[in-house]
Amino acid sequence: MTYLLDGNAIAGDLFAAFGREMTDVVGKCRNCGTASVVAELCVYARAPGAVARCPICDAVVMVVVTIGGECHVHLPALELQEPA
Amino acid sequence: MARAALPGRLNWQLGRVVDTIQQTHRAKSLVLDLPNWPGHRAGQHVDIRLTSDDGYQAQRGYSIASAPEDDGVTLTVDRLEGGEVSPYLTDVVEPGDEIEVRGPIGGYFVWDASLSGPLLLISGGSGIVPMRAMLRHWAAAHPPVQVRLLHSARSLDDVIYRDELMRLAAFDEADVRIALTRVWPEGWRGHRGRIDREFLLGAAWAAKDQPRIYVCGPTGFVEAAAAALVENGQRPETIKTERFGPTAG
Amino acid sequence: MSPISRGFLGHRHSGGDPSRLPPGQHLTNGFPVLSAGPTPRTPLPEWSFTIDGVVKEAVSWRWEEFLALPAEQITVDIHCVTKWTKLDTSWRGVSLDTLLQSVETDAQYLTAWCDGGYTTNLAVDDVADGKAWVAYEYDGGPVHPEHGGPARLLVPHLYFWKSAKWVRGLRLTPVDEPGFWETYGYHNHGDPWLEQRYQGD
Repeated sequence: MTYLLDGNAIAGDLFAAFGREMTDVVGKCRNCGTASVVAELCVYARAPGAVARCPICDAVVMVVVTIGGECHVHLPALELQEPA
Repeated sequence: MARAALPGRLNWQLGRVVDTIQQTHRAKSLVLDLPNWPGHRAGQHVDIRLTSDDGYQAQRGYSIASAPEDDGVTLTVDRLEGGEVSPYLTDVVEPGDEIEVRGPIGGYFVWDASLSGPLLLISGGSGIVPMRAMLRHWAAAHPPVQVRLLHSARSLDDVIYRDELMRLAAFDEADVRIALTRVWPEGWRGHRGRIDREFLLGAAWAAKDQPRIYVCGPTGFVEAAAAALVENGQRPETIKTERFGPTAG
Repeated sequence: MSPISRGFLGHRHSGGDPSRLPPGQHLTNGFPVLSAGPTPRTPLPEWSFTIDGVVKEAVSWRWEEFLALPAEQITVDIHCVTKWTKLDTSWRGVSLDTLLQSVETDAQYLTAWCDGGYTTNLAVDDVADGKAWVAYEYDGGPVHPEHGGPARLLVPHLYFWKSAKWVRGLRLTPVDEPGFWETYGYHNHGDPWLEQRYQGD
């Protein structure tokens, strides 16, 4: 639990990858259906990459890996909704 | 005060340290001059990047401690013993040094004076940094909104911006309450011990007053405070959280 | 090209034999904890280690049975893809040679699977002949949960993401199936001496 942060911790990398602010974007977990804003995802950032998990069911919903200065974002279980 | 435009690209730029201020024995503020700064919103943060002579790089996020109205961009660094970056920033960096900065970042944990209140800020330890930006913005913008800060620290000596908070508390519409968890001065009339459900019941506005709530600090603190607020009847959608902690090995 | 931050050294430590540092690595005196999720806490009475998949007959050991297997004391250098290297780490565990002797298989690959859902893939050749262990002691005491206890895989000749924490079994597979980090861009093999960090390296 000590290393658990939230989507705010990877906001810069997400902005760099998507070209826009992502913390207030809603994402729906494909595993349990919970809708969370990216800022509220449980993020484990002390790893070879950042792993974002659903705050309700713990499923891995997003993985961010930086390779050669470029942030690659994978969305194994997150359906991002268009911001209002 | 116009809302800062969100840039389409988040570029690294070089900021020059123009001042450093020791806040507590552990916390030090760095004031940066960033020539290409687009402005920011209270609550946002920056990423900073350090490069050593062998090409090794380390990157960390720091909340902006200054208000949009302030000159320069201030970061307050909590020195973690054995850390890779924070001891460098507090012990080595001096005015004149340059640091790569990327920002402002954040679209969720932000507060503008145009938002309705009352405004309830709950922080633990270094979680007070983005709250300071919000409080300074509040003081500069004079919105018709009441603000209350509930802050938890180990001791009075660990309260960052202590004098500034006391000056702010002198405003009619502002209220600052400090909870000391480990040691408190004789005759201390603030809260003794952790911020818990009972303290929040007495110190927070009732849910019917529709407070806008921000909680920031270590993960354990944030989770406990948010859970207690919800147990006390606050609506989860009115609570915004930001967790602080070490981000690299 | 970023400018150099005056006086910033990172976690650089001097000392140690430079020939023991793979390219791009630096020495650490600590033991950083990296994780992709919450630390699992499986009680020992519920713990088991299983080898299944493309085998004639699957085999499984409970904790006490596992501890009764012939074990070895080893001292190895470990290299994390996040660039830290720790020299002379000492472990106690069961060799994968011992474990794989318990099954009959033609499979060339395996997937190590773990509490919490983590996986990593390895060629059988990479874990045979004294190259890998399931370790349950570190530095004379039980492996701490943060470091993968009660038992973790130890494959020191590859980057440490292959040394899966909280390992519960090996699944022998007919083809190589990328595990967690391999799926997200990390190298399929991961030899630190060839600096195989990412796919395409």
